Amino acid sequence: MAKFNKKKDGGLPPVNTAALPDIVFMLLFFFMVATEMRPNTLKIANNLPVANQIEKLDKKNPISFIYIGKPSENYTAKFGTEARIQVNDDFADVSDIVPFINQERAALREEQIPYLTVSLKVDKKANMGIVGDVKQELRKANALKINYTTGTGDVSANED
Amino acid sequence: MAKRAAPEVNAGSMADIAFLLLIFFLVTTTIPKDSGISRKLPPIDPNEQEPPVIRQKNIFTVALNGKDQLMVEDKLMEIKDLRAAAVEFLDNNGDGTCSFCKGKRDPESSDNPTDKAVISLKNERETSYATYISVQNELVAAYNELRNRRALEIGAEHGFPNMNFLEMQARYDDVRWGGNKEKLKEVIEQIQLEIPQKLSEVQ
Repeated sequence: MAKFNKKKDGGLPPVNTAALPDIVFMLLFFFMVATEMRPNTLKIANNLPVANQIEKLDKKNPISFIYIGKPSENYTAKFGTEARIQVNDDFADVSDIVPFINQERAALREEQIPYLTVSLKVDKKANMGIVGDVKQELRKANALKINYTTGTGDVSANED
Repeated sequence: MAKRAAPEVNAGSMADIAFLLLIFFLVTTTIPKDSGISRKLPPIDPNEQEPPVIRQKNIFTVALNGKDQLMVEDKLMEIKDLRAAAVEFLDNNGDGTCSFCKGKRDPESSDNPTDKAVISLKNERETSYATYISVQNELVAAYNELRNRRALEIGAEHGFPNMNFLEMQARYDDVRWGGNKEKLKEVIEQIQLEIPQKLSEVQ
């Protein structure tokens, strides 16, 4: 009775995965375009406060970053738990700020030097003492354009 | 011999390779978060000038102590009330020279925001950075509130109706915006001149 042969039950047909690489590549390109390489390896906690009256940092102008926060766990034995400064890839003292700014300036084209903006990325638990010291050093180095880099949100989120 | 077609390359592992790259980029990169409150530090003046004399009623003193308590004009205050207090101070128009102010004209408060009223911010070494940023944010917000109001008043006669100050600035920085940037710049500069951000920090 070949006429009534049962159809073979093959289960569900396999899903076609030929487009999977395309999807993944699309994601890959999105991330390559939207993100940037981590500029510095942070050795400190850096949980920025939030604000809502913020301006975007102008990418056309050169930006230098100064990080402040308490050393991360691996470094507490050596550097303690008080907030410290990090420039480039290493811990720094207040006295290192002026040489750091001069070094950043040396890497710039001359006409860009007056537009150098210093972005202060300060952990929200840090206290103002060290920030005040850094600001004083920046005045000594004549780097007067600064930006307190923050996240976006209502300031009530800063209290906890 | 019959010519054989080249065998098809197996692309099955292409997805794996792409995933590998994707994960690499996810781990090594960050989404840049570069916005914040811009400030200009005062330059160090080698020949110490006499500070200009400012009358006490034109100074709005904001002080933060080591326990993150906020004191405004010698009274304790919550951060959420700071914005309204700063607006009231700036908008007071004590000497009547400010044509756009809507304040109470209290003779004990500031004369005018254009060249008299100054906000002085003092903090201690123990003040936490989060509180300091909150206060800075509220003070900037107070200035922006006045500037926005002024922009809505004068914007229409310059051809920019229903646009507040922040929108004007955003439009001015937007390359794709097709409007008259020269005119917009004039309006922005006029507002900045009328309501300058006079925020001094005590060292």
